[in-house]
Amino acid sequence: MPDDSRRLITIVTEAILEVELCEALEKLGATGYTVTNARGSGNRGIRDAGWSSSSNVRVEVVCKEEVAQRIITHLRDNYYNDYAMILFESDVRVLRPDKF
Amino acid sequence: MDPVIWFFVLGLVAGLAKSDLRLPPAIYDLLSTLLLITIGLKGGVELARSDVAAVLPQAAGVLAIGFVLPLLVFPVLRAIGRFGRADAASLAAHYGSVSVATFAVGVSFLVERGVSYDSQLPLFLVLLEVPAIVVGILLARGLRSGQRWGKLLHEIFLGKSIVLLVGGLGIGWAAGSEGIAPLEPLFFDLFKGVLALFLLEMGLIAASQAQVLRDKGLAVVLFGILAPVPLAAAGAAAGWLMGLSVGGTTLLAVLTGSASYIAAPAAMRIAVPEANPSLSLTASLGVTFPFNIFAGIPFYYWIATALHQWGG
Repeated sequence: MPDDSRRLITIVTEAILEVELCEALEKLGATGYTVTNARGSGNRGIRDAGWSSSSNVRVEVVCKEEVAQRIITHLRDNYYNDYAMILFESDVRVLRPDKF
Repeated sequence: MDPVIWFFVLGLVAGLAKSDLRLPPAIYDLLSTLLLITIGLKGGVELARSDVAAVLPQAAGVLAIGFVLPLLVFPVLRAIGRFGRADAASLAAHYGSVSVATFAVGVSFLVERGVSYDSQLPLFLVLLEVPAIVVGILLARGLRSGQRWGKLLHEIFLGKSIVLLVGGLGIGWAAGSEGIAPLEPLFFDLFKGVLALFLLEMGLIAASQAQVLRDKGLAVVLFGILAPVPLAAAGAAAGWLMGLSVGGTTLLAVLTGSASYIAAPAAMRIAVPEANPSLSLTASLGVTFPFNIFAGIPFYYWIATALHQWGG
């Protein structure tokens, strides 16, 4: 039986980072990602998606453990200081392990 | 007062009162697209009729102004405002660059009074948008290697406002007034209505800056009100020296006195992430934009008129 457990990384951050973030994800070994528009509130104030400068995106990536670690390190080193960004991970099971 | 201004007030009041009024982001995008194309088309049509040889040296002068303005603002912010290097550079980029919405209100102001303006002003709008952003990034970063200039220049030059303005100018130029005639109902006849709706949303957005304004306090308010006047006066003087009409001089003053709130924030967020984005955005959108549309534009018109009467 193949190993069907993967990591799900969820990133919520400023919409302005979407393009470069997705490029970085692919470079770090993610085979795909999902982006949705998001709004909410945190220690950077209300991010209400009312217009481009205050909108957030939520990026989800399902990947193997080592890719997840690379992504987390990359984001922590490059974005955590200056951008509104949160990241959390969880364990998931996938139906088609060869896809991720 | 120009009735479109009241829509800004309506948005501002509704926003401050926490009304659920809200234009969908897609509508806001459509309205700004329409405004940018209209300004470009109008300029292109007029530009096709005018003498290119006379416009070129003026265009070079305006480009130079774009590079100089942030260099004037930056040391003042550092010395008097005591702002950090990144924040001062970011504010300098915002105030050196221009606001299309303020320009549109300026055009509406002149149309209301039956004052004509020179055809090259929309071209000047394009020319003034970019240089200050580049200078702002250099002020914050220096010529240090590692800055991703390729990506940044792509961001700056292929930003929506530049593409639409230059595209509109080109199409207007190529088609001429006869060719544009079938498009007039959408772009020209609806201009005021589109501007009114756009300002309604701007009022809502400005209201959302009120909280930040309360936190940042006096320095931002003072800068937002005091900066545009000398900047606009410099623009008016330049316009008068270039031999622009009263309307043209007014609009150049409106341009130099306005502060960017779309192109500059996006570029500075990527290039100078350590600068506080809400500081510049609140100053330009929450203070300078309302100041300009209420008091600034009539005042700049008065300056332009005085210059032309006094200087002949």
